[in-house]
Amino acid sequence: MNLIDIKFKELRENNATGLIPFITVGDPDLDTTLDLIIAMEQAGADILELGVPYSDPLADGPVIQRASERALAGSITIQSCIQIASKARQRGVKMPFVLFTYYNPVLQTGIESFFTQLKENGISGVIIPDLPIEESSEVLKLADASNIYLIPLVAPTSNERITRILANARGFIYCVSSLGVTGERASFHQGVEQFILDVKSQTELPVAVGFGISSREQVQHFSGICDGVVVGSAIVRKIEDSIPYLQNEVNRAEGLLQIREFVAQLKD
Amino acid sequence: MAQVPDENGRFGDFGGRYVPETLMNALLELEQAYKYYADDPEFQQEIDYLLQQYSGRETPLFFAERLTAYLGGAKIYLKREDLNHTGAHKINNAIGQGILAKRMGKKKVIAETGAGQHGVASATVAALLGLECKVFMGEEDMKRQQLNVFRMRLLGAEVIPVTSGTRTLKDACNETLRYWVSHVQDTFYILGSATGPHPYPLMVRNFQRIIGDETRRQILAAEQRLPDLIVAAVGGGSNAIGMFYPFVEDTAVKLLGVEAAGRGVETEFHAATMTKGTKGVFQGSLSYLLQDAFGQVLPAHSISAGLDYPGIGPEHSYLKDIERARYAPITDQEALDALQLLSQQEGIIPALESAHAVAQVIKEAPSLPKDHIIVICLSGRGDKDVESIMTYLGGEGL
Repeated sequence: MNLIDIKFKELRENNATGLIPFITVGDPDLDTTLDLIIAMEQAGADILELGVPYSDPLADGPVIQRASERALAGSITIQSCIQIASKARQRGVKMPFVLFTYYNPVLQTGIESFFTQLKENGISGVIIPDLPIEESSEVLKLADASNIYLIPLVAPTSNERITRILANARGFIYCVSSLGVTGERASFHQGVEQFILDVKSQTELPVAVGFGISSREQVQHFSGICDGVVVGSAIVRKIEDSIPYLQNEVNRAEGLLQIREFVAQLKD
Repeated sequence: MAQVPDENGRFGDFGGRYVPETLMNALLELEQAYKYYADDPEFQQEIDYLLQQYSGRETPLFFAERLTAYLGGAKIYLKREDLNHTGAHKINNAIGQGILAKRMGKKKVIAETGAGQHGVASATVAALLGLECKVFMGEEDMKRQQLNVFRMRLLGAEVIPVTSGTRTLKDACNETLRYWVSHVQDTFYILGSATGPHPYPLMVRNFQRIIGDETRRQILAAEQRLPDLIVAAVGGGSNAIGMFYPFVEDTAVKLLGVEAAGRGVETEFHAATMTKGTKGVFQGSLSYLLQDAFGQVLPAHSISAGLDYPGIGPEHSYLKDIERARYAPITDQEALDALQLLSQQEGIIPALESAHAVAQVIKEAPSLPKDHIIVICLSGRGDKDVESIMTYLGGEGL
């Protein structure tokens, strides 16, 4: 059984909503990422999205763009992003991992080899934001063969496409809260709640919402209507702000603690 | 030869639609609207009217007699796209997409620009059609092309500086796509090259094919036969595909795309996508791409802001793979030399982009027989580049 299924089953039994943080792997460096993964689990993360830094992240706003640039300056590759998962397992991390990557690094790795690597390193799912259903059949086939979930994005503009997207969905559904790129925002797409409920009514799979969710209030708001809440840019910004601490031996533990506390309070 | 693209926007392996889900319905709606209006005679008449009465088409096919004599080989003709309103072929596509936007009821348009030619063309058409226009331009390009920045502002467009990534065309395209994702419900994206997700490569080709269609009529009238070789500069490849497409079935006509080799294809500073690139997905489509082994896109370099792009339109990749067209690299220096030669032989100052095509012909024409016919697509005029050429030459070259 895929770890994502086990996690959502457990959440449902406890009548809880999953917190799904996102971090950019290699920001500011791989060792810190490993410590951050551990901190996320300690803070109560249920599933972790591991973002692969990319040179042209066109679904991302400035915060994650900057994180990608920092990571790429340290020569992070998609392979090192995948391998961080098994390193975290060795350190005792139990939560499921979902890799968030643009399509080109997958294509250059080779789709088959990509899924082999995900499996070997204990990653349970993948989100590819620039791979719509029209282009995803081969990826889906190979993902299925490895029992790795290709998690689809559904947007407020998806309309009649929703049925087709849900037909091939695996793991959970990722509802995009707003029109636009990733990044903290004060307000969401008008009618976003109805949109999420519409999606929920059409699928048995858990439904998570993301893009722009950055505060405890917003997490609470969406917890009432969906099974998982993704928080990305707000955490990545917190990491960015803490870099002076994280890269300094003396204050590193304090930097990690601040980030951990930020993530923990999102869930309380 | 099979009709390309297919219904999924595929030119052989290339093309497709690799965009965030948020944009998918907008692309499908665009495709549907384009298909509908492409068959509407009134739509085509409106475009034809503006191309003639506004942009000044048809553009001449000029026999470059002195350049021909100077090089001593094949006869060289210049397709004078530089004589279009706004100074380049970009207006052909901007008029087409502008009218389509209006028909679709969109009041706001956005565009990306590198050298500024597509930005100026979009701003111009927006003014003409009463549309609100935002142009995204890399900060680096804004420095290189200050005159065009001012022209766009004069035309009433808002120029938005792009400060992410390389601060050139590549990131201007990313930023335009990001803005479009946020404003997709009321905004039309006028994409300037034969790149991006389906249906853009198809649509841009069809709006630009007038270059090749006219050339075909004109060369038949002048020479009673088709040319032996057609040469055009390629960045994203819109002037080249517009020029090539009407000749694709005429296999006796050789097609040659010229890309920017910058400081040399053996250095890191070039934009030679066909010579040095590999297949990858970039900005919405699968095509050749300058990238590293891990799929990160590499920055491009060219003296010409319009060719300074690590990708290329998918139909060009297809033409290369089926060996219908070949692609050759030209360095910054060769382009500068060609620009000066054409200026002095024919009294025509070409855009730096177009000078790359001229430079390749300077290499090839002398060894070709005198009864061979070459047509160069002179895609734009050099006015916009005069200042940066002055800086490059530093007075020494003249």
